[in-house]
Amino acid sequence: MPFNLLVLSCLAYVAVLFSVAFLAERRAAMGRIGWLRSPMIYTLSLSIYCTAWTFYGAVGYAARSGLEFVTIYLGPTLVFVGWWLLLRKLVAIGRQQRVTSIADLISSRFGKSNFLGVVVTLLAVVAATPYIALQLQSVTLSFGVFASGTPEGWALPDRDSTAIWVAGGLALFTILFGTRNLDAKEQHHGVVLAIAVEAVVKLVALLAVGVFVVWGLAGGPVELFQRIEASPIADWELQPGRWAGLLFVSGAAVICLPRMFQVMIVEDGEERHMARASWAFPLYLLLMSLFIVPIAVIGLERMPEGANPDMFMLTLPLAEGQGALAMLAFLGGFSSATSMVIVESIALATMVSNHVVMPIWLKLRPKAAMSGDVRRIVILSRRLAIVAVLTLGYLYYRLSGGSAALAAIGLIAFVGVAQVLPVLVGGLYWRGATKTGAAAGLVTGFAVWIYTLYLPSFGPGAALSVAVFEQGPGGIGWLRPQALFGVAGADPLLHSLVWSLALNTAAFCIVSLFTFPGPVERMQGVAFVNVFDAEGGGPQGWARGRAEPEALLVMTQRILGNEAALALFATEARTQGKDGYLPDATPDFVAGLERRLAGSVGAATAHAMISQIVGRATVSVEDLMAVANETAQIMEYSAQLETQREELTRTARQLREANEKLTQLSVQKDAFLSQISHELRTPMTSIRAFSEILTEGDLPPEMVANYGRIIHEEAIRLTRLLDDLLDLSVLENGSVQLNLGLANIQQLIDRALASASHTRPERVFVIHRDLPSENLFVRTDADRLVQVFINLISNARKYCDAAAPELKITVRQKSGRVSVDFADNGSGIPKQSQAIIFEKFARLTDQTRAGGAGLGLAICREVMANLGGTITYLPGQGGAAFRVMLPLRLEQKAA
Amino acid sequence: MKRARSPLFLKRGSYRKRRLRDGARMLPVFGLFLLLLPILWAPAETEATDTARDGLYLFAVWFGLVVVAALLAPGLAEETSGDEGEER
Repeated sequence: MPFNLLVLSCLAYVAVLFSVAFLAERRAAMGRIGWLRSPMIYTLSLSIYCTAWTFYGAVGYAARSGLEFVTIYLGPTLVFVGWWLLLRKLVAIGRQQRVTSIADLISSRFGKSNFLGVVVTLLAVVAATPYIALQLQSVTLSFGVFASGTPEGWALPDRDSTAIWVAGGLALFTILFGTRNLDAKEQHHGVVLAIAVEAVVKLVALLAVGVFVVWGLAGGPVELFQRIEASPIADWELQPGRWAGLLFVSGAAVICLPRMFQVMIVEDGEERHMARASWAFPLYLLLMSLFIVPIAVIGLERMPEGANPDMFMLTLPLAEGQGALAMLAFLGGFSSATSMVIVESIALATMVSNHVVMPIWLKLRPKAAMSGDVRRIVILSRRLAIVAVLTLGYLYYRLSGGSAALAAIGLIAFVGVAQVLPVLVGGLYWRGATKTGAAAGLVTGFAVWIYTLYLPSFGPGAALSVAVFEQGPGGIGWLRPQALFGVAGADPLLHSLVWSLALNTAAFCIVSLFTFPGPVERMQGVAFVNVFDAEGGGPQGWARGRAEPEALLVMTQRILGNEAALALFATEARTQGKDGYLPDATPDFVAGLERRLAGSVGAATAHAMISQIVGRATVSVEDLMAVANETAQIMEYSAQLETQREELTRTARQLREANEKLTQLSVQKDAFLSQISHELRTPMTSIRAFSEILTEGDLPPEMVANYGRIIHEEAIRLTRLLDDLLDLSVLENGSVQLNLGLANIQQLIDRALASASHTRPERVFVIHRDLPSENLFVRTDADRLVQVFINLISNARKYCDAAAPELKITVRQKSGRVSVDFADNGSGIPKQSQAIIFEKFARLTDQTRAGGAGLGLAICREVMANLGGTITYLPGQGGAAFRVMLPLRLEQKAA
Repeated sequence: MKRARSPLFLKRGSYRKRRLRDGARMLPVFGLFLLLLPILWAPAETEATDTARDGLYLFAVWFGLVVVAALLAPGLAEETSGDEGEER
């Protein structure tokens, strides 16, 4: 098979992946999630457990140590078959606490401690680096197999350049689809679907090679059975310690590996999906393992002495002249490697940005949470982290020379991530587990693993000197890395596994027993351990009423983006029975908001940011006890009483608001009456006075003309006032005749801007518009709509008090509705006035008497109601801002 | 606290559901036992060949676990989606 054909099909495959991811993202963006979030896709996405290590390495493993390789897949099988024990709880917590990574889970459980987040992140990065290097190595090796076997005399391609191309391409894909959005709980629809496709490709490839080997080369299952009996691996040696140890460590790894945690909990944790995956994922693993032994046996039988058994998947079909099959196998291996690297780097990048970059950034610029664009920083740091992780993997590959057998590297990483397991399980089931205990356990396990397995894996004399290996550091014999405490002669992997986990668990438990958890820790402990008892409940840590909702909104906008933040606040306001965008900052709401933010930037960072606004980082233990007592008392009342009280409170709040509004209105009405009499009297007085003068006669003609003009102007002013009043009453009665037609928003705004420019023409306004987005045709009453626009623009011209006034007009279209935002950069409208500006005769200040009697916004509101739309005040936009919403197509009867 | 208020005896349907959960909890324990069993007969470097036979045994246990998990899964998923209250 020509080598360039291989490269070409490889590129074509990558192009297909890109388009799959792109289409999935587009579909999700249009809100049609549907089967993108199905148990089937979920199960397939879990298959990133099977990396190139499985695809190529398992055959080599089987050729070297017989059936031992199945432990790597049997451990996860037990964990998934027993999902009711552990995974179900993990999924529930992941959903409730909006966990973004395994580091976030640990940090969140132990009082949102960032130190633990950093330790787990570090551990994950150290363990993943060789694993990523392994993937690059396997892709490079498989390219090498094709290149060396070609009759055209292709030289072996430069290994380093292959690896660097692969790493670069993966970084590009991951950045494109892994860091598109920040909100919605770290879900990446495109990536997940691409991975599901890759899962199918690698399964089909492995099965195809397997079927070819069993029926094409071995002559059927019965014949195969005899060949296995006759092969060099017919008599495998089971080492009981390794067998049990590997079962355990692979089971631990499937829970703790950052990439598995990402697809299992973060991307789409749902019990329904987990139930399906509980048997479907073990089935997938079974199918992946089914043909490993046959391929190894036939490979050993047919391939020349000394051939690398790790590459039998490719070399066997090639040697038998099955070019197409080899190509399929190559794509399978390529899929396994790429999907692992993509998800692993997303998971690691999330951890690095949430637990390392963001806390440092917040510490350096504590005020930045309110002013800077946090989203940009987070996304940028994630992109950089992805590049950094892949660069680390590439460097490890270069430095290690890619020589070690594939299986060894994978197992070292497994033991590393398994260090998280004691703390994870302890945190989920034991309320007494403390932060200090967790830190002690993690650091101990991490250190022992590094010393006894990671560093020795580079070989004697590389990272640790030969002397340390043989006599121990400084000649202390019982500290020899592979014979800790004098336990010599054990299998190095098993030795490290037992000691690291034993010391880890011991430190975790003993230190936990002797330390006292902080208040936040205790609350999180309850929320995690009793996750099924109180759905979303538990005592909340935020005191009532300290936070200013507008400040919370501004901060939320920086993280979730404008639209999402406004929608979130509006929903909350509605459930509290209030209008507008600003709910009361109840403890429940603040706690919920914190969890929502945690879904984007991690628990520790979200907690730190919220406490900047609420002004208090912790509650005291006494507070906690008070809350607990109160909760216990409340539980004594019947649930009915509870709901009734809630309803009463809500009604009372609504009544209070209505009452406030009425009082204000009555005051305003009085004010208006004097206002309107004033408005009517001023022109009347001048009309009367001048007409009296005129009737006296004997005036020069130019004075007559002048007085006549004044009378005329005053009469016009009167008429305009009466017109407005009349207009308003017609609109309010709903008896208005609408003149529907198609109109272009851009032209309407042009018209409105031209007309409004007569208001205070001496002020120079800078207008920001986005013309292409305004090019929208709506079916509505154009004249009425322009009236609203003119009013809003003139208001901005009248009342915007900025020295260099600006007006920003934004048009958006969303699900059949058009929204037009008008935002200026003045000082805005104070919160207490926001409720009344749409009432009749409401004029906040009299600083600029620019005509009109405060009817403008009231008319606007009535016009919009008649056009089937709304007009609302948008808080938190850095000035006065109004949003006009109208339907794209207004039907005749809508009014 | 919740425990104390739940009735001592359950209706037949709820009883079955509880036992289904128990089964789901036991399954990995049985699985672990069966998968550790080869240690007992300890395939070692002997004259007898055992890779093929042991392979058949392991894959049979594996497939059995998949089948049992598949039988349990619908009942468990259905239960989690609703009626916690009916049990009490």
